[in-house]
Amino acid sequence: MIDVNVSLSRWPLRRLPCDETPRLVERLKRHGVTQAWAGSFDGLLHRDIGGVNARLADECRRHGEGRLVPFGSVNPMLPDWAEDLRRCHEQYCMPGIRLHPNYHGYALTHPAFLELLAGAEKRGLVVELVVRMDDIRVQHPLMRVADVDTKPLPELIARRRNLRLVLLNALATIRGAELKRIAAAGRVYFDISMQEAVAGVAELLRLVPAERILFGSHFPLFDLESAALKMRESELTVAEAQAIGHGNAERLLADRT
Amino acid sequence: MGLEDSPRAMSLGDSLPRRELLSRFSRAAAAMALCGASGPPAQADPFPEIAKGEIWDLHGHLGGGRTPEESITRSLKYADRMGIRRVVVSMGMSFSYDPSPEEFRRQNDDVLRAVRQAPDRVFGFVYLNPKHVAESLKELDRCVRDGPMVGVKLWVAVHCNDRRLDPIVRRAAELKAPIFQHTYWRTGENLPGESTPADLADLARRHPNAALICGHTGNDWERGIRAIRATKNVSIDLSGCDPTAGMVEMAVRELGPERVIYGSDFPGRSFASQLAKVYSADLPDAPRRLILAENARRLLRPILAAKGIRI
Repeated sequence: MIDVNVSLSRWPLRRLPCDETPRLVERLKRHGVTQAWAGSFDGLLHRDIGGVNARLADECRRHGEGRLVPFGSVNPMLPDWAEDLRRCHEQYCMPGIRLHPNYHGYALTHPAFLELLAGAEKRGLVVELVVRMDDIRVQHPLMRVADVDTKPLPELIARRRNLRLVLLNALATIRGAELKRIAAAGRVYFDISMQEAVAGVAELLRLVPAERILFGSHFPLFDLESAALKMRESELTVAEAQAIGHGNAERLLADRT
Repeated sequence: MGLEDSPRAMSLGDSLPRRELLSRFSRAAAAMALCGASGPPAQADPFPEIAKGEIWDLHGHLGGGRTPEESITRSLKYADRMGIRRVVVSMGMSFSYDPSPEEFRRQNDDVLRAVRQAPDRVFGFVYLNPKHVAESLKELDRCVRDGPMVGVKLWVAVHCNDRRLDPIVRRAAELKAPIFQHTYWRTGENLPGESTPADLADLARRHPNAALICGHTGNDWERGIRAIRATKNVSIDLSGCDPTAGMVEMAVRELGPERVIYGSDFPGRSFASQLAKVYSADLPDAPRRLILAENARRLLRPILAAKGIRI
């Protein structure tokens, strides 16, 4: 299994049972996750993003047991963000980056964001864009962060034909017709971490082709078992389970140009 | 109910090198294991109660079908996949925040139809509105005293520390019917009439003999658990909020496993995401079984015994 939505380090508001990397890796192993794309919680609020990404790369190398694939943070609102992008790609050989527009304070129409996407596309990096981190109804009063406004996405995706975009934690926010519209716009993928309802993964397949759905848990802020059990709850063909479980993620990385 | 076979998935290339073939096979086995398909077990099942089908779900609703019968049949199909033996349902095919007596009777009729559809699987809780005390008491008698329902559901019509609840809670306690109170603790303002866990603790102090359940643990569970910690006649329901890690660990630490009850809030929430809260907690077998079934069974045993229902 490939989990495309894992984070290292500390969630700012609570200690989590698996927020130390060895324990996190142990849990991944227990549930058959052979590869996890790992961002860093530090990327949400830290301004020394260079330090965040250096620690992420080091942590994955030292404790990942070959399972953790680092996805560095880039904040295009910071001075000289292009150097962070360069280091992710050239220095740490990361296959992708993870973006938090709502924590970093920009809309998806901001020129710096568009420039960042163009740079990532040119470098062949997978872009993971996180739509929300936690339930907006019960956020800490000092850290109320609205979901990313995804309305500009269809046009933006359609313009970047070689961009491989993964929307993480998107499915509590984007639903129904809007979800279909975004999925139809280009090479955009969705993880199942926030897909809810009985037989939710099967229901998702009514709106999004199986080849665009990825196994993602939002672990360790969410329980890893949630994504694992969702796969069990839905009636999926072997082909669908394999595609969502690992095949789509493998292709996504292999397709890098 | 098993995994559907797919010829496409089984046509792994004959000409692949052996190492690649083995690698693909192991990944396919992992995918199948996640879906609950049978195959060579690599290790002990991490979800034993699911395999045994012995879980009780204390919080569900109707939906996902055109009729109550269709809705409950669909939900039970997926409950089967997740090892859930018994479910509690409340409220009708459509909800209303502040139902008139006619409206809550209509919703309870929907639930009665769902109970009749699968009486060995489905328990009903009667939906009441404390703004209409006399009619609520009559409905309690109709559905619980004289009917098959075994508990009370209160939603957001009235804050639950309102004195108008007192006669309803007293009557429910006489009937040995537990009361499930929706609670929320929003960062902004709650809905009008929406209770917090602290409101429920107020009610619990006035009615120490009533069995009360704190729905969703307020969603903001770190505050919710603390709010009801000192009121021993309140249990928490795990349902209806994101599977944020650490919820069950804190609940067991602060309340003990006897006051923690699995519920999902199906069909709006998946059985899976809510079960994950329990399975992620690394609990020994005994407390995990309490949370997944035995606490709900214990809570309902008095009224089921009074009705002559054996479980």
